Amino acid sequence: MIITQVLPLALGAFALALLLAAWRLLIGPGMPDRILALDTLYINSLALLVLAGLQYGTTLYFEVALVISMLGFVGTVVLSKFLSHGDIAE
Amino acid sequence: MTIEDLPLWLDLLLSALVIIGAFFALVGSWGLAKLSDFLKRLHGPTKASTLGVGCVLIASSIWFSIGLRTFSVHEFLITLFLFLTAPVSAHLLVKSAMHLDSSIRPPPPGATKDAKGNASPSSSSTE
Repeated sequence: MIITQVLPLALGAFALALLLAAWRLLIGPGMPDRILALDTLYINSLALLVLAGLQYGTTLYFEVALVISMLGFVGTVVLSKFLSHGDIAE
Repeated sequence: MTIEDLPLWLDLLLSALVIIGAFFALVGSWGLAKLSDFLKRLHGPTKASTLGVGCVLIASSIWFSIGLRTFSVHEFLITLFLFLTAPVSAHLLVKSAMHLDSSIRPPPPGATKDAKGNASPSSSSTE
């Protein structure tokens, strides 16, 4: 079966993508770069969870991925608002 | 039906979708780590979040719809939510970046840069 050989490869690719985003999070010269790196981190970890669900044959991870996508979006919006307005809710 | 005994066409389709998704996610993060400018760096992960995650979610949806014989729509919920929120967060990120450092704003078309690097409209475009 091809998919059983492809899935570990794809999991490795997503892990590498997470590492690259984490590197940008560490060095990234400005605050917007760090927020963008966090945004990429949550999107990639969401895809990694869905792939892990494929690998183990369980639907348990969908709810986790859905919650991560919602909270990650809220986090990005709040951090950007804080940078541009100095306040979260005005 | 488990993941070990799929028909060949389904196996090829799922493998292709997973490979394409992983490739785009890797390229997006590579661009995020490598490119030189914040506006250029913003360009990479948007591809990863639409094409990469979208392909992986479609593969997962096809596999659980056929493998478990139940129509699986969780993934489309995630895809829809990501596609709706990705432009909003990118827009807010650029707004905050321009608020912090207004010199990253590219010059408008037809404008020339003066000595301080600020964009000013050229004389021909103001007529």
